[in-house]
Amino acid sequence: MGQTLLQKVWALHTVRQLQTGQTQLFVGLHLVHEVTSPQAFDALRERGWTVAFPNRTFATVDHIVPTTARQRPFLDVMAEGMMSALERNCRDFGVSLWNLGHANQGIVHVIGPEMGLTQPGMTIACGDSHTSTHGAFGAIAFGIGTSQVRDVLATQCLAIEPLKVRRIRVTGRLSAGVYAKDVVLAIIRKLGVRGGVGYAYEFAGEVIERMSMDERMTICNMAIEGGARVGYVNPDETTFAYMKGRPFVPQGAAFDRACAWWKSLASDADAAYDDDIEIDGNELTPVVTWGTNPGQAIGVAEHVPSPDAQAASERAGVADALEYMGFTAGAPIAGTKVDVAFIGSCTNARLSDLREAAKVVKGRHVASHVQALVVPGSEGVRAAAEKEGLHEIFRAAGFEWREAGCSMCLGMNPDKLDGRQMCASSSNRNFKGRQGSPTGRTLLMSPAMVAAAAITGAVVDVRGMVQA
Amino acid sequence: MSATQVIKVVVGRGIPVRGEDIDTDRIIPARYLRVVSFEGIEAHVFEDDRAEVKGAHPFDDPRFQGASILVVNRNFGCGSSREHAPQAIARWGVRVIVGESFSDIFFGNSGVIGLPCVTAPKVDVERLQTALEQDPAAEVRVDLEAMTCTWPGGSCAITMPAAVRDAFVTGAWDTTGMLLDKFDEVRAVAARLPYVSGFAG
Repeated sequence: MGQTLLQKVWALHTVRQLQTGQTQLFVGLHLVHEVTSPQAFDALRERGWTVAFPNRTFATVDHIVPTTARQRPFLDVMAEGMMSALERNCRDFGVSLWNLGHANQGIVHVIGPEMGLTQPGMTIACGDSHTSTHGAFGAIAFGIGTSQVRDVLATQCLAIEPLKVRRIRVTGRLSAGVYAKDVVLAIIRKLGVRGGVGYAYEFAGEVIERMSMDERMTICNMAIEGGARVGYVNPDETTFAYMKGRPFVPQGAAFDRACAWWKSLASDADAAYDDDIEIDGNELTPVVTWGTNPGQAIGVAEHVPSPDAQAASERAGVADALEYMGFTAGAPIAGTKVDVAFIGSCTNARLSDLREAAKVVKGRHVASHVQALVVPGSEGVRAAAEKEGLHEIFRAAGFEWREAGCSMCLGMNPDKLDGRQMCASSSNRNFKGRQGSPTGRTLLMSPAMVAAAAITGAVVDVRGMVQA
Repeated sequence: MSATQVIKVVVGRGIPVRGEDIDTDRIIPARYLRVVSFEGIEAHVFEDDRAEVKGAHPFDDPRFQGASILVVNRNFGCGSSREHAPQAIARWGVRVIVGESFSDIFFGNSGVIGLPCVTAPKVDVERLQTALEQDPAAEVRVDLEAMTCTWPGGSCAITMPAAVRDAFVTGAWDTTGMLLDKFDEVRAVAARLPYVSGFAG
């Protein structure tokens, strides 16, 4: 019987079994950011500990940083306090920090892959649930809390429960205007936001195999939204081609040795899965969320569901979501007026995302009532996009072009919704209050769909707006 | 709390928070994560949910103040990995959470700070929630040795992975201590991984 990639990587990184029933797992790469680390560094200080493997630990700033005025000190004194804490912690403990103004600064899940820090077969941890993103490379990547950040800093290890593996095969071909975001929203819609609890998701099938690394990252990024804290794709030639030449990737003969090792870690053809499901990619359409969790999603041509049509246990949740969102059961989602359009976040702010959005935007203008912004995922993405002139396309259309950060995904920095504003967003969570206003409303969709909504001023099927 | 504290039995009043998929953004809104310490974070627990229902939230109900056993439904603590969520709940005074199910990350984050999350069947959780709504003064007992939850007029079996339970009842849930123990084994694993040496031949 063969093994899955998860089983192989898990075994290679196992130090021992702990009496808590957890595995002590060596962490190959620890990514640190300003929000979930200060208490962890303080715990090390209190106990007189050092960072065990500072050369396997990298920090950046993304969550709280403004994407416009970045002069220090920040106007927000609390954010400024977190910035200085991270700067001091990195200095005191010998951790590399890609700070504001550095060419490598950006969202932690964008820069790890971009720099080649993220590699197949690694275990990766970061104090952020979207760490699952790095699984796109065939890494096993865990979102963790602050006490676990402390553990990884002090020991380079995690105490963690073993996971089952569910393979999700997406077969067929996506039609034009249907993107990785639509695929993952469709998966979560089908399996639910708690379907993945206790599982790692292995994404496979022709649709996934044909995807670029950027697209695979979008898929793995949202594994956690389906309840799976880990998502991954087996490494293949697409992965290796992406890796080649990146700053932290070995070169020459060492690269060949790396590729051979990476290849050996892919799930075996006869691996056994705890669950195996198939989704027909041919049937997928652009998806939009209508509710307050990412599983509450429908095709753009569909209608918002009625609580009465749900299983009894889901009725109250659906009714509550409809009320919060201000939707009437049975209403079409297309045509929903939006106030804000946000293209950004660790889910969808990579170069290919901006290119797809720019194709929709080019030669058009944002609707007069819409505030539209593009926030590149990293300074690297921003520089590359500017080199192609994408910023000019967006600006000419009335979009704001910002500097890198988490921005309006999470309401922890100056980019926030106001009141009950409705936001077409390429981010990952439509939770109540997620985008910074306690009553703000989020419609998750692909970056191209956000661009289309910005132009039209309402939710619209992007397939009618792109030339073949 | 001490990381070697034995947690066998929690006796106290309960507080029911009904709802499926209550995410950590709702437990503690992101704006309260702009801090370098967890101190005082409990003041903002469920803040936006409490505002949304204009004080009709159990955490605002005077009858539930001082409760130590939180009773929740499915997939509690989903979403963001912020430990600020279980920290806010624990610092408010909750010492154990009984729920239908928990997100993996929330379960781990709670365990590591000594806040056990135990599960019980839907019917029992709902019975307990109803009992608490009718009698907020009722004394609830969560017993991690017997793996039972009892309250006036009812009781149910609770579940938790055996090894996690053992760690609480023996006070052996200090993960950092365990991970630091035998650190030579950690170095040995690192030395075997080809990427640690940059795939040197």
